[in-house]
Amino acid sequence: MRDFSYFRAGSLDDARQYAMQSGAMLLAGGTTLLDLAKCGVVEPDTVIDITHLAGLSQISADADGVTIGALAKMEDVAGSPGIRANYPAISQSLLLAASPQLRNMATIGGNLLQRTRCPYFRDPGTFSACNKRNPGSGCSAIGGVTRNHAVLGTSEACIASYPGDLAVALVALEATIDLSDRKVTAEDFFVLPGDTPERETILERGEMVIAINIPASPVARTSTYLKVRDRQSYEFAAASAAVGLELEADGKTIRDIRVALGGVATKPWRARSVETALIGKVLDAGTVEKASRLAMEGAVADGGNRYKIELAPRDVARAILNMGGLA
Amino acid sequence: MTRTVHLSLDINARRHELDVDPRTTLLDALREQLCLTGTKKGCDQGQCGACTVHVDGKRVLACLTLAAQVEGRNVTTIEGLAAESGDLHPDQAAFLEHDAFQCGYCTPGQIMSAVACIREGRVGSDEEIREYMAGNLCRCGAYNHIVAAVREAAEMAR
Repeated sequence: MRDFSYFRAGSLDDARQYAMQSGAMLLAGGTTLLDLAKCGVVEPDTVIDITHLAGLSQISADADGVTIGALAKMEDVAGSPGIRANYPAISQSLLLAASPQLRNMATIGGNLLQRTRCPYFRDPGTFSACNKRNPGSGCSAIGGVTRNHAVLGTSEACIASYPGDLAVALVALEATIDLSDRKVTAEDFFVLPGDTPERETILERGEMVIAINIPASPVARTSTYLKVRDRQSYEFAAASAAVGLELEADGKTIRDIRVALGGVATKPWRARSVETALIGKVLDAGTVEKASRLAMEGAVADGGNRYKIELAPRDVARAILNMGGLA
Repeated sequence: MTRTVHLSLDINARRHELDVDPRTTLLDALREQLCLTGTKKGCDQGQCGACTVHVDGKRVLACLTLAAQVEGRNVTTIEGLAAESGDLHPDQAAFLEHDAFQCGYCTPGQIMSAVACIREGRVGSDEEIREYMAGNLCRCGAYNHIVAAVREAAEMAR
């Protein structure tokens, strides 16, 4: 790990002032920053500890929605009775992620900003080419071992998948991210790699995630997060689906639906074509399975990740049918 | 350039004063500077759980925590579990009773996680124990005995 200075921010303004400096990085739970510093992937000159800042870890809910402070811990958000009752996909996405120890450490703001698990990205000692680490150096993953790489939203520069679970549920439930001076939707917070895979979000230097707001809605209340992975626990998604479903009074016609996918794309992936195909339709297995395939429009496999193109729509269909009581 | 930070850390109900390089993790501070070597270094990347300790009563990974981050917090390590008299914590006794280890390297982390798991109430079934102990890997594969030890310790705590 490269040498760095350590500062403890006394206030939000303090933290943002420090964060304006080149080479400065904010430290919250530390589960990404210290991990990647040990790998030699990030090399901060200055680490600014924001964990002592007051007032950024609250969870406050009302009839319109819930606001979660950026420093709230994953475990605390997952276990919040209001989140579990009214936003089950959020709670489930958190509980199916990481381990209890990591969930006690990692914050909600930091969770959004976690970096890809691409093994080529994480190993600069062995693989010098990585456009995300070192723009213009090439991509070691393309043509390599790609079992966990993205099939959606990729570019010729990068096929690394976004690894998080929470953000997928946030995109499905149309959450907004509060950056203090501006608010953006969770979907627009993340950007596609294109020619600049080193840039993963719209955050500018000195900007911080302050809070997340999730609007209350019938689809949020009847939502789920279905994560499929290579081992039963403590593993990243091979494919995941966040689904919110609202049925008409007849109990079988779809009034509203939200679908987002994880583990298969370079950013949390909203599947609007699936939603459009299902609104107004009667919920049945055949209709749902056919519509779920639309989530893979534009998918491009690169060797070992081809299975995701089959797996992800099945995951989506299962999640929808679960919510509708048909699976 | 050498930079050091002075820290006052509360570990196992004792105050320790130390000067560390800012990069020092809580794990390295415990093992290398405070001679509390019960907390183990496994992967050093937050994947194995061997370094599990409690900070303000919550289980966390000492390898991904800077020592500087825990100033003002109460840290408990495996050395802080047994009573002053030397009597083992009930979870330690249950691990012995059930032979819940082979080489023993992951055991301090397993026990710190087990104590927290029971405190969190995540012991309703063997399945739940397995899920909430999933952050602690045992390369010897002593999982069945570990689950039995946690189950019994949880029953005794009721």
